[in-house]
Order: sequence, then C-alpha cells, then structure tokens
Amino acid sequence: MLKNSNQIRSGHAFKNHRQERQMLVSRTIIAFSFVFLLMLSLLARGWYLQVIKHEDYQTRSNNNRISVQRVAPNRGLIYDRNGVLLAENRSVYALEIIPEQVHDMEQQLLDIEQLGLIEEKHIERFKQRLRGVRRFKSVLLKSRLTEQEVAIFSANGHRLKGARVEARLVRYYPFGGQVVHAIGSVRRINDVDLQRIDQINYRATRHIGKVGLEKHYESILHGKIGSRTVETDVQGRVIGEPITETPPVPGKNIRLSIDIDLQLAAAKAIEDFRGSVIAVDPRNGEVLALVSNPGYDPNDFVTGISTENYAKLTESNDQPLFNRALRGLYSPGSTIKPMIAWVGLQNNFITPKSTIHDPGFWVIPNKEERIYRDWAPRGHGEKVAVSLAITQSCNPFFYDLAYQMGIDVISENMFDFGFGQSTGIDMDEELVGIMPSRDWKKRNRRTDWFPGETVLTGIGQGYWNATPLQLANAIATIGSGGARYQLSLLKAIEEQAGWIEKEPELAPRQVDFGDKKNLQVVQTAMERVTQRRWNGTAKTAFDGAPYSSAGKTGTVQLRKTEEDEDGNVKKSSGKLNDNAVYVGYAPSDVPEIAISVVTENGGHGGESAAPVARKVLDAYFAKNKR
Amino acid sequence: MAFLDSDISDRRGRSFASRFHIDLPLLAGLFVLVGYGLLILYSASGEDMSQLKKQFVRLTVAFGAMFFFAWIPPRIYKKWTPFIFAGGIMLLFAVILFGQMGKGAQRWLNFGFFQFQPSEIMKLAVPMMVAWYFSERTLPPNLRELLIAIIIIGLPTYLILIQPDLGTSILIASSGVFVIFLAGIRWRIIFSFITLAVIYAPIHWIFVMQPYQKQRVITFLDPEQDKLGSGYHIIQSQIAIGSGGLHGKGWLQGTQSQLEFLPERNTDFIFAVLGEEFGFFGVMLLLAIYLWIVGRGFVISLNAQETYTRLLAGAITLTFFVYVFVNIGMVTGVLPVVGLPLPLVSYGGTSMVTLMASFGILMGIQTHKKLLPG
Repeated sequence: MLKNSNQIRSGHAFKNHRQERQMLVSRTIIAFSFVFLLMLSLLARGWYLQVIKHEDYQTRSNNNRISVQRVAPNRGLIYDRNGVLLAENRSVYALEIIPEQVHDMEQQLLDIEQLGLIEEKHIERFKQRLRGVRRFKSVLLKSRLTEQEVAIFSANGHRLKGARVEARLVRYYPFGGQVVHAIGSVRRINDVDLQRIDQINYRATRHIGKVGLEKHYESILHGKIGSRTVETDVQGRVIGEPITETPPVPGKNIRLSIDIDLQLAAAKAIEDFRGSVIAVDPRNGEVLALVSNPGYDPNDFVTGISTENYAKLTESNDQPLFNRALRGLYSPGSTIKPMIAWVGLQNNFITPKSTIHDPGFWVIPNKEERIYRDWAPRGHGEKVAVSLAITQSCNPFFYDLAYQMGIDVISENMFDFGFGQSTGIDMDEELVGIMPSRDWKKRNRRTDWFPGETVLTGIGQGYWNATPLQLANAIATIGSGGARYQLSLLKAIEEQAGWIEKEPELAPRQVDFGDKKNLQVVQTAMERVTQRRWNGTAKTAFDGAPYSSAGKTGTVQLRKTEEDEDGNVKKSSGKLNDNAVYVGYAPSDVPEIAISVVTENGGHGGESAAPVARKVLDAYFAKNKR
Repeated sequence: MAFLDSDISDRRGRSFASRFHIDLPLLAGLFVLVGYGLLILYSASGEDMSQLKKQFVRLTVAFGAMFFFAWIPPRIYKKWTPFIFAGGIMLLFAVILFGQMGKGAQRWLNFGFFQFQPSEIMKLAVPMMVAWYFSERTLPPNLRELLIAIIIIGLPTYLILIQPDLGTSILIASSGVFVIFLAGIRWRIIFSFITLAVIYAPIHWIFVMQPYQKQRVITFLDPEQDKLGSGYHIIQSQIAIGSGGLHGKGWLQGTQSQLEFLPERNTDFIFAVLGEEFGFFGVMLLLAIYLWIVGRGFVISLNAQETYTRLLAGAITLTFFVYVFVNIGMVTGVLPVVGLPLPLVSYGGTSMVTLMASFGILMGIQTHKKLLPG
C-alpha cells in the first residue's frame, strides 16, 4: 500500500494516463459496489417492515388509527332587525355505510329496508354512489332521517355492522319561500365552487352561499375550519377524547335591516300577483322588506332537490327562481313623473304655474305625423299645470316637458336618482337596467337618438327600464328630499366585542334639491295622488288611511300582443295585461318608509299595485305607531 | 441493393440517437420511472387529476432541459466551468442580500417575471468545478490540491446551509466529495476524516445545530417518544409501509395513505404510499428501476474519454443515488427526516429540472465522443 502510493507520488511531474484510468475504473467499481450494497440494505429494510414485522404493522394500521378529523365551522346566523332568526343551523341525520365493513351488502340493505328506514329508491341510488368509491370511505344511504328513524336505528344499529348515523348541522330557513329572495340561500358545493374557494378552509364544509346575501357575505358567514386528532378503531369510531384539538372558528352572526313582520305582510299582500314589493327607509337606505313573488322553498335546495321538483321550478311560467326585486327590468311608466317634473322645475323649463292644453293627445310641434295619446281619451282640460299632471298622471304635459328638456338633461338628472346604476344592494345578482341616453343608444343600438324617443322617455317608457329596487331608491330620495343612500340589507355584524352597526353609505351620485321649493311642489302633488279630494289616481286604495302618504301610480302597456296568422289580436291572456307599478312614501311630512310595488299584468297601477302598497304601509304603521 | 438498404436503415437508426444525443438505455429507465411515479402520484394525490396534469407539465419541461443539455458537447461546459461556478457563488451571495423568504428559509431570487433558487445551479456547478480542477492535475491529488477542492465544495455548501437548506447542502457537499473520492484520494486520508468527523460531531451538536434540526435527530432515534408531534411522520409512514406486506393493499386502496393518516403523502413521503399499496414487490420494482439508472450512469462514466467527463459522470450518478437513498432511508426510518423528495416520483420540486439537466449531461458525455485512433 505504502509502496504503491510512493510510486504514484514519484510520477507527479507527468500524467500517467494508463495508471490514472485504471485507478478511476477501480474507484468507480468500488462506488458501484457501495451503491449496490446500500440498495440491498434498503431492500432489507423493506423486507423487515413489510414481511417480518408485517403483522405488527397490520394490526397497528387496523386497530390504532390516529386520524386528523376536520371540523366544519358553524355558519353564522342571520337575524332580522328585531332579532328574529331568518337563517339557522339544524341537525340533520344521515344514514351512511362503510362498504369495507359489510360482509353481505345485499342482506344488510334488506335488513335496513325491513326496519322501514329505506325504500327501493334509496337502495338504487346507493348502488350508483357505490361505484368508483373507495371501500373504506362512508357512502350516503339516506339523508334527512326523522327523529323516529334515528331512534329505530339506535335500537338496531349494533346488528348493522358498517352502518352508522351521522349528525350534521345544515342550514334551515324557517320562513322558507317568503324570505328567500331577501336572503338567498346556501347549496351544496359543486366543482365550479371548488375552483374559486380556499379548498383547505372548506374541506369539511358541504354547503356554500350560492345566491343573494348568503353568497355576498360568504366570507363573514362561513368561519374557519378546525381540526382534531383522534384515535379511531377499525370501524372508524372515535375512541376517547381528542388527543389534540383546534376548534373551528364559527362564522359571524349578522343582523339584517329586514323587519320580518313587514316582510311577511308584503309577501301576503302580493301573493296573488307575479311581482315585487320593496320597502326601504329613506333616512338611511335600509331595506325593510324585499319580496319577489312567487318565491320557492330554499330548504329544498340545501339537502338536494329532486330533478323532478327542480324541473317544476325552472319550467313554471311564474319563474319562482327569478328574483324580480333585483333582476326584474320593468318600464317605470308614470312613476318617474315626479322626478321628471322636479327636473323641469329646477331647470326653469316650467314653473308651478305653466300650463298646457291637453285635448287627449299631443304631437311634436311642426311634425304631426305621430300622435302621442293621453290615457284619458278626452284629456285633462284646457289648463293643466304640473301639480295636476302628477296627481292625475297627465301624459301630454310630460310629453311636452320632456320634448323641451331634451334627452341629455333627462338622462343626466335621472342618473342622479340612481337609474341605470347599481343601488349598492349587498347582493351580487343585481341588474342595473337602462337609463337611455344619446351615448347609450350609440353604443348599444349604433344609431342616433330620435326626438320621438325623448317624448316616450318623458312618461317612463321606450328604452327606459329599472328594477323595483331602483324605483324604491328614487322615490325615497324624493320623499326625504335629502341624501340618496346605497341600499343595504346588512345592519350589523356580531364581533367578539358585540354587535357592530354598519354605517349608512351615500350613493356616489347625489341630487341637489336646492331650496326645496320645487321639491315641495312635487311632494304636494304626490300627496294628492292618494286623496279623493284631488281625484288622485290612487285615491281608492288609500281611502281612510290613518296616516298621510304620498305616491305615484304607473301603468305600463305591454306592446307585445299575441296575433294569429291573419294579424287579428287573439283574446289576450293574463300575461299580456299591463304591468302595474306604484311608488310612494309615508308619512308624507317626514317619511320613514318608501315603497315600490310592481304587479306583473296587474292592469292599472291604481287598481292593483296601490292596494298592495296600502296593505304594506298599514302593516308598517300598525307596528310603528307614531 | 439489399445491402445498401440495410446500410441506410442502420444509419438512420444510429442517427436518431446520435442526432439528438440520446442514450437509449438511460432514457428507457427514466421513462419507466416517470410512468411508475405518475401511477403512484395519482393515488397519493387522492385521485386529483389537476395535480397529475401539473406534474406532467413539469416533467415535460424537465425532459426538455435534458434534451437541451444532452445536445451541448461536454467540452463546451468544461471550458465554461469556472465561470459558471463563480457566477453561482455570486448568486448565492445575492440570495443572502436580496433573497425572498419562503417557508422560513431564504432560498429564492426574484427576477420579477420568474424566481429561482441559485442552489440549483450549484448542484451541477460544484461537481463540475472539482472535476475541472482535478482534470488538469495528476491524480490522485496531493494534500494541497485536496485542501483547495474542499474549499471549492465548502464555500457553496456553507452558503446554502445558512439559508437554511440542509437537504440541498448535503446533496451539494456529497456531489463534490464524490469527485474527490473518484479522483483517487488515498484511503488513509478518508479514514482520518471519518475519525475527525466522529470527534467533531458532539461539538457540532452543541454549538451549531438549530433546535429544529436537533429535534429531527431526537425524533429519528426514538419516534415513539413524540407520537403525535414530530415522531408522527416516521411512525405513520412505517405503519403504512409495514401494513402493505408482500403484495400491498392494491392501487388506491391504502388505508393509511387514503384516510390521510399520512402527512405529505404526495411529496416527501410518497414512498410510503407505494409501500402500502404495492407492497414489497412494488418497492423491489422501484429499487430495480433506480439501480438500472444508476448502473447505466456508471457505465457512461467508465466509457468516458477524459478525466473531466469521467469524474463528472460518476459524481452525477452518485448524487442521484444519494437522493434516492436519503429519501427512502428517511421514509423507512433508517435515516433522520431531511426534506428531500423522491426523485422523479414526488409531486412538484424545483429540483426536477436540475436533475433532468444532469441526466442530459450524462447523455452528452456518452454521445459526444471523438473517434480515438485504435
């Protein structure tokens, strides 16, 4: 060894390639031998663990499973403004089976069937679910067991190895369809949801806010997942206390501005129509009631709705799933006349004393090819001033006023009242509708604006459409004569320190009412709408009301008429009747509540929509005595 | 005519491998390994196709890197070796000065549009530099040359160790040490170093090691003592492997893995999933594939024409083996837990590209040969 190395050292001056190569070869072979030996040692380790100690580990794997269980947080509760529960969490029981632990599945299912717990359809669906599922994971047999069924299972469960009843907290909406469009609902998490959520935080969660408020405030309501390490036996049953535990952080409770009594009264008032009722507080934008009729029972969706029932909902002509309050786009019709009138007065196009002659129709000056009609065939007389034009809803007055103002003045000012813009409501599905303008028409229709279209805009028809929420918001602004607020349903969030109230938020565009002289003209005219003395259009509906109120009716002709092949109008069905609209506020001196009512195909605004509004206002003042 | 035909087809056959500079036996071994790996990953990820797709994309990029490096003749990077090494060292200093923190360690350099770990470069640059240094000198190296080699290895190892990234620094140090070993360092010196190391170990334990590193060693020595804490990984992975038995519980049927008893089952601990679901035979197959790849690497090293390529090929091969051995050793409980993935099987890992690039270099060494006289 020593001699050898001396030899190499003596050859330091020049490279001995042959010797060097030999040395490298021998080192490589030594290295490979090492590698081979170490590989063998790994294999030996594998043999030791998997063959010699196999039974040991097999038992440990079976008997002493330490597992990390995820614990879903309890979803935050939703209260109405007075603390009545609108959305809570209830225990539901589900019967599940771990296939691996069942010796004879057919027999087992038969046994359970004989106990009266399941039917043939459950077995069928269970067998479908069974395919492609790992055998040691539990598979759902039947959801929503009744208390009695749980009792039957507890008495017989010991004979049914592998079957177990799981209790889970599930969202429950006690008021069902009457409140559904005001708060939305949760539904089962699906693949689409998985793409957008924090998958770790939702690992134990089965439902997610899918519609409305439940969706909008998902991050507040959901909470944070917890976990616990437990020892489980071969059946997957937990042995003893959790070894370590991180409790979940429950979602925060929230309180809404909704008053459930008013909400129920509104739902009742409009039950005969397709349509919507909105009640807001003009002083802060709080939504007191939000009804879209018909509704549907959200509880059906929470535990999974059958295809059959779902088809019934989607195919119904009444479209119960459609939230008219948020997404129904209606021509506002005459209900915008107070706003138009105020703009005309404020910008000196008219004075309270200016009058027009209304023979029952109106034509564009010097251009008589098209006649714009009043709803009253003989008109409203020789001298119609703005006040009468509002109280009795005189169209020619507003044709003329709109024609004078031009579309630019109208749309700029109507934007300030919130038309064509979000109301700020805390639901994501809201549509903003159309406040037509020269610019809008260029972008969307690629043509210029025609003067005739301005005339129609003056009575809230033509391209103009708005949601019931926008109508309520606009009339609340007229009523309060002050700031316009963003509409909101959330009133307070329960933090650790207690309830934190949400501050009212101003809308981005505001109306400047100036010295309010002009506003008072409009307000007075609106008050007369509800009064018999002034022959207002809503006089019948508000006969004998114990409170003062102001309003405006609207009737929107639906131009679509069904024609047969010869062009004759067929007998018009209910769907083709006019839409009726009513907007108003009360008490008229210091308004506390503003309201919008839309009844689809309800006919005249004064006859169908105004009575609904009356009932809702009655309910409000019966509760909030002045 | 027939003779001509066969001649052409023969040339075509040769030209495929030689045009792309591919070593077919090595490529075959890598393909089998990757295929087997994806099969295990599908189960370990909880049948998550999106993870599989991402892994597939990474593998494609890594194989691209392999083809690219195979195409570069070894003499080119031999010429550039000192510059690559110097650049790598500068980047390591840059990490210390401007690096990004991630998971409690400062390893990343952020270039705005992309991030990377300079330590990845050093995995190749260190064995290259040591091989380059020795290739110009008479072997075996004398003490002075040995000292210089140790400095070449020690500086980057230290810079990575303080990031801190124990796993990578072990890999880099060993890749350099392998070159020294292959260069024929005398056994006397090897044994002296081992003796020194044994004496130094307690000093290192007391003065140098971080508490979390100490914890790993304690846990390794007695996992049962901390059953739910840091011993949890080791116990659970051994239960998984042991309960697999000879034949395994079947693909997707591993109760330990699938019921989430096993932590990090798709990354560092994926071997336990294999052991549980495919049993001893599955483990044997995996080791056989690795042995094939390592064996081919040694053959390439033996066939290499120059000292530089011979040393480099041997070091690359041995480093790859260290990956395998350290990972499987830690999962089966014969080595302490060091954060190293199971190469080409574990999910993710920035190291995959570097690893495949090194296989590309191996292929290049095999395929870019001058015809020597005789």
